[in-house]
Amino acid sequence: MKREEIKVCILRVGGTNCDAETRRAFQELGVQAEVVHVNDVVKRRSLLEFNALVFPGGFSYGDYVRAGAIWAKWMLAKLGGELKTFVEENRPILGICNGFQVLVETGLLPGFDGISPYPEAALATNLPPGYNCRWVYLRHENNGKCVFTRKIPKGKVLRMPVAHSEGRFMFAKEKEKRLLERLYENDQLVFRYCHRNGDYANGSFPTNPNGSFHDIAGICNPEGTIFGLMPHPERAFYWWQQPDWTRQQWMPQYGDGKLIFESLIDYLIEKF
Amino acid sequence: MRYRLRIEVSLKPGHSDPEGETTARLLKELGYKVERVNVSKVYRVLLETETREEAEEKAEEMCKRLLANPTKDNYMIVIEEER
Repeated sequence: MKREEIKVCILRVGGTNCDAETRRAFQELGVQAEVVHVNDVVKRRSLLEFNALVFPGGFSYGDYVRAGAIWAKWMLAKLGGELKTFVEENRPILGICNGFQVLVETGLLPGFDGISPYPEAALATNLPPGYNCRWVYLRHENNGKCVFTRKIPKGKVLRMPVAHSEGRFMFAKEKEKRLLERLYENDQLVFRYCHRNGDYANGSFPTNPNGSFHDIAGICNPEGTIFGLMPHPERAFYWWQQPDWTRQQWMPQYGDGKLIFESLIDYLIEKF
Repeated sequence: MRYRLRIEVSLKPGHSDPEGETTARLLKELGYKVERVNVSKVYRVLLETETREEAEEKAEEMCKRLLANPTKDNYMIVIEEER
C-alpha cells in the first residue's frame, strides 16, 4: 500500500478533544486522516473503508460511569461486528488517553484471549488523586511485537505529556502477578514510566504520575496491532510543543511522539 | 410491572480509594474522628419487566455490561416494586 492511499479514521463523540491534533500528526506524515463522528460511521457503515482506527483523547460522554465505559459499550452495541472484523484483519487500532480507557473497557486490551466479554484491567482514579497534567519520561519495553513502536529501539527513553485523572493501570489484585507475567510472555508491555536516565519510576510520584501498577503507561494486544497509552504522542509531535523549547540551543524538528505515528504508517505500507 | 432498582457500585476491598481517603482527611481536619471513608456510586433505575426475577436478571446484566468493572468494582442490587 502506498503512503498516500492510507486512510486513518479518527473517531469523535461528544467530549473528545484531541481529534484535530491527532489528524494533523497523520496529515503531516502524508496519509489521509479524517475525523469522523461515530454516528456517521454507523449511518454509512463505513468503518471498514479505513486502514487504521484511532480513539483520541478527551472526556467522552463526560467520563460518566467510568472514563471510557460509555463509549466502549456504545461501540460494541452499534459497531461490534465491524470492530471485530477490523481486529481480525489485523488493522491497527490506537487509543490515546481516553482512547486507552475505551480500549480497556471494550475488552480489546489487554485482550489476552481475544476480545474479552468483560474488562480484564482498569484505568482507575489517579493516586495521588486528582487531574494530573505534566511531561513524563517513558521507557520503551517492547521487543518488536507492537507495530506502533517498531521504529523505537528497546530501552529508549521518550518524553511526552500526560493529562488525565483516571490513568492508574491495574489488574484485579488476586490476578495481578499472573497477568503481569502474561504481558511479558506475550510481549505486550510497551511503555513504563521512568526517570530521565531510564531508571523505572517504581511507583514514585511524579515520575509515575498516577500510581500505575508496575509503572505501566502503555500496552498492546498479543498480536501487537492494538495499542493504548495514557501519554499523548500527538502533543509531542513537533519540537515547539515541548515545554523547554525556548531554553534549547537546538532542537530537532519533531518530538518523540512522531515515532509512534511513523511506526504505524510503516506497518501499513508494509503489511497492506 | 415497574420496578425500582437501586444499584450500588463500590470498590472491592483492598483497592485504594483516593476519593475516600481525601474525603476522610478533610473530615478529620474538620474535627471528626473519622477512621475511613469509602465512596460508592448509586444508580437508581426505573425498569419495566414482566416479573421480579426478570428485573433481577436485567439488573445483574446491566452491572456486568456497563456499571461495574469486575477488575475493581463490587455491586449490590436492591429491587423494589413501583407503587
